[in-house]
Amino acid sequence: MELNDLMKNPSEWLKGSGPHSDIVISSRIRLARNLDKIPFPNWANKKQVKQVLDTVVDAVGKVACLNKTSVLKMADIGNTDKQFLVERHLMSLDHAQKDNSRAIVIDEDEVISIMINEEDHIRIQVMQSGFNLYECWNIINRIDDGLSGELKFAFLPDWGYLTACPTNIGTGMRGSVMLHLPALVMTRQVNHVLAAIAKLSFTTRGLYGEGTQASGNFFQISNQVSLGQKEEEIIENINGLIRQIIEQENQAREVLLSQNRALVEDKVNRSFGILKSAHIITSQETIELLSMVRLGFDLGMVKDIDRRTINELFIIIQPAHLQRLDEKKISSQERDVKRAELIRKRLTNSR
Amino acid sequence: MVCDVCGKNQATVHLTEIIDEQMNELHLCEECARQKSVKMEQQFGLADLLAGLSDFQKPSEEKEIISLKCPECGLMYKDFKKLGRMGCGECYSTFRKYLAPLLKKIHGSNTHFGKSPIKVPKAAKEKNNLQDLRFMLQKAIQREAYEEAAQIRDQIKKFQEKQTKDTSE
Repeated sequence: MELNDLMKNPSEWLKGSGPHSDIVISSRIRLARNLDKIPFPNWANKKQVKQVLDTVVDAVGKVACLNKTSVLKMADIGNTDKQFLVERHLMSLDHAQKDNSRAIVIDEDEVISIMINEEDHIRIQVMQSGFNLYECWNIINRIDDGLSGELKFAFLPDWGYLTACPTNIGTGMRGSVMLHLPALVMTRQVNHVLAAIAKLSFTTRGLYGEGTQASGNFFQISNQVSLGQKEEEIIENINGLIRQIIEQENQAREVLLSQNRALVEDKVNRSFGILKSAHIITSQETIELLSMVRLGFDLGMVKDIDRRTINELFIIIQPAHLQRLDEKKISSQERDVKRAELIRKRLTNSR
Repeated sequence: MVCDVCGKNQATVHLTEIIDEQMNELHLCEECARQKSVKMEQQFGLADLLAGLSDFQKPSEEKEIISLKCPECGLMYKDFKKLGRMGCGECYSTFRKYLAPLLKKIHGSNTHFGKSPIKVPKAAKEKNNLQDLRFMLQKAIQREAYEEAAQIRDQIKKFQEKQTKDTSE
């Protein structure tokens, strides 16, 4: 598989379909697994890390539900391509930065990605669009069973799957849901919601994953506790919380519409107008304006566009995606021009 | 002004650090600042985590733990304190006594209720082996070769003991 193929076919999780896809962008589950008796990647020597890579790649080849995946070794791909994979949420920034015997296994639909030798030997990730953690679990559970038939995982009956960091031990599972909450932000209620989430031991991150600030009204919510609960219980707890947040966002949208319809319509249409006509635009401004257009689409104020186009724009306006469109290296000023051009093209084509 | 770390890009982030009452000014470019903030975040997370470990205050106990070493990968407890990461799966057994309260602190529980790895190849193989032995025992009895049968019976017994030991571990 070529990385260019990924550019042509939009990721499954950006489809803008699935339950509650007006407020929930995507759902994701990851499982951390390690091989028994071999030091974790950051404590292992070069030979051991290489051995893990070979063993896991070999096992992946034998698992039936992974037969449509490809292996990309970090040693074989350039920096822009690594950044490109990070921007598509297929791997972490950390995985891109060190390349000693690391690899990523991905499928064409970008549903499955397996990082080999990140913080743990194996990090399996499954993404779906919309509010759909159970579907993620069904897929990832099969992959995990398949791999555990080929590999011996580090596991203790009373402590579960053993991970490099004690915060991931047990199920090794993290479920995340990406939410778009513009009305809660505009009505200034979002901080109360986030404070409540933190108290319930869930974490909130931004659109572009770990270590990023929430921007453009996007919030990624995930569980912190991985030990002491069954996988299904963890999912149900996240689901319960997400359902409440969806309800609150919907209420806030109703309040906005009943009290300030003209103001919302103005903001939405101005944002759409700038995106359709700007010739220089930064990624931060784009994200904020796109967020308003997305809200406008949900509220029926913007019609000549679809959700998938909006979702995709959030991803393809990022630096490595823009860089891939060009042969020579482009500066950040040139990028702002390219970005504006790409957005104008996409927004007029989608009509 | 040029970035203090990479010495290449324009410094746009100006950071004042106070470590042990020593004030330090750093001028960083966006990229280096981001890397530094990720590092800081990790350290803070870690410090919180390890705060839970200060439960054992007795100096003698502290000394005993610090010099504890994993026989599998050589990680010492002090390495864990510094890195916040375990060396290998075996470390969890090595430092079990000191980790149990930490896990409870992080997760609110220290018992796993989730799934277990399926062991199809090994379990299936053992089941087959056991079936083979039982078949051989039957044949030996039919032939009235009692000495041989007794040997096979002992083998089966040993096998079953090993299985119960494996599953209870």
